[in-house]
Amino acid sequence: MPLAKVKIKISDFNFYYGQVKVIKGVSVEMLAKNVTSIIGPSGCGKSTLLRCFNRMNDLIPGARAEGRAEIEGVDILGPQVDVVELRKRVGMVFQKPNPFPKSIFDNVAYGLRVNDITDRLIIEKRVEQSLRSAALWDEVKDRLKDNALNLSGGQQQRLCVARALAVEPEILLMDEPASALDPIATARIEELIVELKKHYTIVIVTHNMQQAARISDHTAFLMQGELVEYGKTSDIFTKPRKKLTEDYITGRFG
Amino acid sequence: MKIKRIKEKVVEGLFFLNGLIVIIILAGIFLLLLKNALPGLKEIGLMEFLATGYWNPDAYGKATYGALSMLVSTGMVTIGSLLIAVPLGIGTAAYLSDVASPRVREIAKPVVEILAGIPSVVLGFLGIVLVGPLLAKLTGTYNGLNAINGSILLAVMALPTIISLSEDALNSVPRSYAEASLALGANKWQTVTQVKVPAAASGIVAACMLGMGRAIGETMTVLMATGNAAQFPTGFLSSVKTMTSTIAIELGEVAYFTTHFYMLFSVGLVLFLITFVINLISDIVFNKHMKMLK
Ligand SMILES: Nc1ncnc2c1ncn2[C@@H]1O[C@H](COP(=O)(O)OP(=O)(O)O)[C@@H](O)[C@H]1O
Ligand SMILES: [Mg+2]
Repeated sequence: MPLAKVKIKISDFNFYYGQVKVIKGVSVEMLAKNVTSIIGPSGCGKSTLLRCFNRMNDLIPGARAEGRAEIEGVDILGPQVDVVELRKRVGMVFQKPNPFPKSIFDNVAYGLRVNDITDRLIIEKRVEQSLRSAALWDEVKDRLKDNALNLSGGQQQRLCVARALAVEPEILLMDEPASALDPIATARIEELIVELKKHYTIVIVTHNMQQAARISDHTAFLMQGELVEYGKTSDIFTKPRKKLTEDYITGRFG
Repeated sequence: MKIKRIKEKVVEGLFFLNGLIVIIILAGIFLLLLKNALPGLKEIGLMEFLATGYWNPDAYGKATYGALSMLVSTGMVTIGSLLIAVPLGIGTAAYLSDVASPRVREIAKPVVEILAGIPSVVLGFLGIVLVGPLLAKLTGTYNGLNAINGSILLAVMALPTIISLSEDALNSVPRSYAEASLALGANKWQTVTQVKVPAAASGIVAACMLGMGRAIGETMTVLMATGNAAQFPTGFLSSVKTMTSTIAIELGEVAYFTTHFYMLFSVGLVLFLITFVINLISDIVFNKHMKMLK
């Protein structure tokens, strides 16, 4: 197997909310076209770390990053970075499905329109492609004009995936994308993630360890803002190097 | 336990009483207006009152009481003010809620509040010495005391209402919408105009209607700025006499219990009904908006 390309790299990375340090000296390299999962007890900083990759934390007053974070070797933290441009390359799916109160079609088309794509035919093609990639097309193709809020929770979340894919990102960040869904909808999202990694680099936060084990290639275990262990998912779950990791994955705490 | 229950009951009762008093006062005002309007309306007829445009109580021959020109004048000044205040107000609200830095917001908020506190007579004064001459110069009219002048000043009066209520409506939009938009590479302006404003639409409509309610009922400013020619307006550059101006100017000098007196109450009644309906609709729309977001 050829050496996999590093897509996201952070080193000696710290993150603060005001005075409170919530990410402490984390260094990690995530590979292209891989699924990397971030696990850890609630409040350990998983979402915070994930939201650094598309600079979503910029919205929070007093939030501040320290250290290095790169995508394909290019810094993403500095003031020179065009955040809007970055977010086109790094899509995101949130914990709670959050489609806009617009039609299904307009939800997916939104990312294209704000990026100045106005050609009706191109938009229609991209919307269909994205909905197909998100395994939603067959369910909604006859009701594209319906309000997205009428879809079921699982469908809404796949719509959010489609909406993110429409912008053609390279990386897809997912913050507990299945935590609000029932088991069947969860299984569909998991299938989808495995399918999507052929084309995208995926980083997923999950508190469900079986999920991490099922779908990810690499796993990062975070605790109280520190990276306890990072490696191949199979290694983390079968032969963890740290006692703490073993305790966590065997469910002794958290 | 028992005392707490009694306390709750008392507070509940007080609120109920409060609401009841408001309703009684409103009904009282309505009945008072109606009682004083009816004799005039009976004499003149609803048709002449609402469908003809000559309001000439002091005519040598037969006095006429057509209110249409006033209605149209009020409508023009109000619509004109909305044409200015709605885009400006929503734009400002969007800017303040989503685009402005916290620093700018801190300065702008009190400014908007101060704007709301300017006495209307001061605005009217500015209309005469500032807006009027400016308009006269720009349009080549005589003194610039006309419908546009009134519209501009009323826009200034309606703006604080529209801005602060629209901002509230925008702030009540779930954060997740804005996050989703920004995460797709939309900038802040795109996010607020294309996602948040549509999501807050009903709240914003209510804000604009409340602003409109203010504009319709406002008296002193329009009285001073619009020239008050009792004629059928021919355009925004013509001097107009609105319903409020007519009442304010004439009621002080009219002899009691004459047709003229009764007809001024009729004008007041129409004004009352219009503002009442507008406020009612904006209230319904706003409550619907709040429910929808839950
Ligand atoms: N906007 C915020 N302001 C201040 N502290 C925050 C904010 N968001 C999260 N935190 C804190 O940062 C820590 C990490 O939170 P988070 O990244 O959400 O954890 P996780 O996703 O692993 O549950 C928690 O202690 C949380 O309370
Ligand atoms: Mg989280």
